[in-house]
Amino acid sequence: VCVDLSLYMSMLAPLRAGFRCALARTAAYTRSYSTESLKRTSLYDLHLELGGKMVPFAGWEMPVQYPDGVLKEHMHCRSSSSLFDVSHMGQLHMTGKDRIPFIESMVVGDYATLPVGHSKLSVFTNEKGGIIDDTVITNAGDYLYVVVNAGCADKDIALMKDRIKAFKSKGGDVNLDIIEDHSLIAVQGPKTQEMLQKFCKSFDLSSMGFMTSHVVELNGIPCRVTRCGYTGEDGFEISVPSAKAVKLAKDILQTGEVRPAGLGSRDSLRLEAGLCLYGHDLNEDITPIEGSLAWLIGKRRREQGGFPGASIILDQLKNGVSKKRVGFVSTGAPAREGAQFTNDKGEAIGAVTSGTLSPCLKQVVGMGYVTTPYSKTGSQVQVVVRGKAQPATISKMPFVPHNYKK
Amino acid sequence: MLRTLVSAVRVRTPYSSVFVRSFATGPRYTPSHEWISLDQSGVGTVGITDFAQNALGDVVYVELPEVGKKVAAKGTMSVVESVKAASDVYSPVSGTVVEVNSKLADQPSMINKSATTDGWMVKLKVDNPKDVEKLLDQAAYDKHTQSEKH
Repeated sequence: VCVDLSLYMSMLAPLRAGFRCALARTAAYTRSYSTESLKRTSLYDLHLELGGKMVPFAGWEMPVQYPDGVLKEHMHCRSSSSLFDVSHMGQLHMTGKDRIPFIESMVVGDYATLPVGHSKLSVFTNEKGGIIDDTVITNAGDYLYVVVNAGCADKDIALMKDRIKAFKSKGGDVNLDIIEDHSLIAVQGPKTQEMLQKFCKSFDLSSMGFMTSHVVELNGIPCRVTRCGYTGEDGFEISVPSAKAVKLAKDILQTGEVRPAGLGSRDSLRLEAGLCLYGHDLNEDITPIEGSLAWLIGKRRREQGGFPGASIILDQLKNGVSKKRVGFVSTGAPAREGAQFTNDKGEAIGAVTSGTLSPCLKQVVGMGYVTTPYSKTGSQVQVVVRGKAQPATISKMPFVPHNYKK
Repeated sequence: MLRTLVSAVRVRTPYSSVFVRSFATGPRYTPSHEWISLDQSGVGTVGITDFAQNALGDVVYVELPEVGKKVAAKGTMSVVESVKAASDVYSPVSGTVVEVNSKLADQPSMINKSATTDGWMVKLKVDNPKDVEKLLDQAAYDKHTQSEKH
């Protein structure tokens, strides 16, 4: 049996159908990620102290799990509260009086009407209407706070800088700062507010709704706290000065209730919640409409466009698409990324992009793309795992209901 | 010829202290972290080692072969799945499957809890018992796992 600890770097690379783990292949992969070239967050030593198993991910050395293991970490998040180091994600500040029209020239969302202290998910698109990255952007008053995926940060920043140059040359006023001195800690789960409130003397966290953001003091440390996450649970993402990040993380863990959780459980949690993983469920060749994310494009933007690939995307909104992202449940062996969907005639109709055995439901769940005729909830299809066609049903998502703050 | 030696042997691994009944030969190990214990009738019990289960993490699904299936040495005999990925389990020697551990269907976590005892996976009628003796013994396997750890 292959015991490569860094199986999770397969999160980066597309998997062939019927994944077979080979020592040789993973050894070669490991060599290309010598640990000296990997970046470390400010919590690296703490991860080691906590017994974290470190693996390469998007150019960073990150904990995939701690001694509790992925399943226990997953279940603890759903019932209590878990702390994830997500400092590998890119944090940016966008300033300038034209920052709103500028950001709207790059993403599909409506930010002109987003109130101060509110956050919204969106996607950057390319000229073909494909998704460059997904992002959460917050109206922080005199700046936009932009968070992007770790694996896309370099790409996104280069693109933004390029566009800013062109924008400025036409007289526009916008600037981009990459925030390198702040870490990002996600604390997720139903007990999170109760736990974090212990550290927040001057602000009532219960006043914050889902997708809102404030600068508050946690144990005297000024942090930007955003009520959002990637687990489907209530929780907060805390942007904290890196110099104080270890102290804050330790304080939170010392409550005894909050336990550390790694990338392994982060992935199983988001999949149960029906949330996409960029690079797997979304990529530059998939439009928001194909990705079942049309809801990201509000009325005004549908009317006015103004984002890259708008004509293609708006045409798809009107005339439909040939394939769509769907959820599925199946029986038998877990269907993983790359597994083919077939119809009852055995014809290929799509492929899985994410799949796992849901720890909460103890059932195979996942998402993928199928041709539009098969995309209706309840459609009976098959998914091929190791050469065997297993019954699968197209399903709504999330698989586990969301618990966001109402 | 099979040596009819039956004794209880205390086997220490880096991760656990396991009381293993030593039969005619065994347990012996593969570099790919499977163990096999051969009994006097030439049936080998096969599983993955404690080192392997610890490295794989929580096992959530196990695919076992059909009874009667012929397996080749180093051929895929079974699959163990963690939350994130599937890993092939290779047969240490060639033989025919005579029994599988059906408890693993409901309790895949037994592989994590008792990889070398209750978490056994497959019993094989071994084609040639001498093949088992050619595998790594405890000392050689321990050395192998020491070099894999980093």
